[in-house]
Amino acid sequence: MLSLAISAPARLDGFLRFTDLTIVKLAEYGLVFLLAAHLFGGLRLMALEFLPWSPHQKTMAALAVAFAFLVSTLFFLKAI
Amino acid sequence: MADRMQTMTVSIWREDGDDGRFEKYEVPARENQTVLDVVAYVQQHIDHTLSYRFACRVGMCGSCAMMVNGSPRWTCRTHVSKVVADDRLEVAPLRNLPVIKDLATDMDPFFEKWVAAEAVFHPSKTRHDPMAAITPDDPMRIAASEAIECINCAVCYAACDVVESNPDYFGPAALNRSWSLVNDIRDDGQDVRLAAVGSNGGCHNCHSQQGCVQYCPNELNPTLSIAGLKRETTKALFRRSR
Amino acid sequence: MLDLRLYMLQRLTALIMAPLVIGHIAVMIYAVQGGLTVDEILARTQGSVAWFLFYGSFVVAVSIHGAIGLRVISFEWFGLKGRALQLFSWVVFALLFGLGAKAVYAVTFAGGGL
Repeated sequence: MLSLAISAPARLDGFLRFTDLTIVKLAEYGLVFLLAAHLFGGLRLMALEFLPWSPHQKTMAALAVAFAFLVSTLFFLKAI
Repeated sequence: MADRMQTMTVSIWREDGDDGRFEKYEVPARENQTVLDVVAYVQQHIDHTLSYRFACRVGMCGSCAMMVNGSPRWTCRTHVSKVVADDRLEVAPLRNLPVIKDLATDMDPFFEKWVAAEAVFHPSKTRHDPMAAITPDDPMRIAASEAIECINCAVCYAACDVVESNPDYFGPAALNRSWSLVNDIRDDGQDVRLAAVGSNGGCHNCHSQQGCVQYCPNELNPTLSIAGLKRETTKALFRRSR
Repeated sequence: MLDLRLYMLQRLTALIMAPLVIGHIAVMIYAVQGGLTVDEILARTQGSVAWFLFYGSFVVAVSIHGAIGLRVISFEWFGLKGRALQLFSWVVFALLFGLGAKAVYAVTFAGGGL
């Protein structure tokens, strides 16, 4: 898709306008949510495997970081 | 007044070389009974051909492990009242193992993987050498002792989804014992062991879902042991590449 | 069916990607302010070695991480084995890498970048 930037920029612009549709925005939101879940789940898994913490501590740590990320992102979105 | 006419229905898996199926039996619904009591009642009073395993019947040997309403449990330690759901009680052989007959499974694959994971002791001394001096507060000994109480009941093996989807995977019990031996300074086979647990069927297949932790009747933590094995194999990798 | 090497690759690429993903999301939040157009994108990225390196390493890491992840899933859920599994893993890697590399190249140094 991105390589259309060079070969057919007008088509890419058209596609970008398409992404303004609400349904696309919702899908993007869903995708980013899943990505964040995958990211923090993975970090939690690696903490479980490599750090000598108790399982409960690790879950709490992952939740805390995820929550902090959520708050800071929301703030970022509103601030600009 | 031993006349208790209240009964309940239990579904028990029957298999004898053919395609298995659940069969229903009416058993007395006593106030206090274990699933093992129910299975024994069926075999003694209703159908003598039912095959099942048990030994101590007091929650020490692990022989009576079966799937009860979909969960792997020791049937002698499972009160019917605690697991019966919507008047349904379903007893089946342990998951992930071949069935010999009815509720008795073939434990050979379980023990073969035990050996393949090098969960066996490799002696380094003879009787003429002095004994190894290991203090109880030695961190390695503590780690080994935390994992040592496994009695090979295969409940964790039945609980593990990775065992179900990966026929090569050694499983939580074998790897847990391997970890306790990694922490045993008397053992001489650490290289062989790390190679085995780092191989195709080894510790890296574990997704840390912790079904094993949830169901182990001895409250062991194979996921933690397997994490230890992951750390050890990783360290060995960096040691080798130096 | 994951041996030590594949396992380490998976973990390493995950660690590499963690900061890259955070960076990418930050860039996206900034970039979509006030709408998004091709000219805006290209103005930022064309001729930029920094963007090339950032997204280039991202593409490499994703290709490896995604291919190994899908390898495990296709084995555990669909029973793909042996040579078919190897082929599948490499095809996924090639697809991800090919698409990703093409995109990165297109917005940085294609079309006679500076």
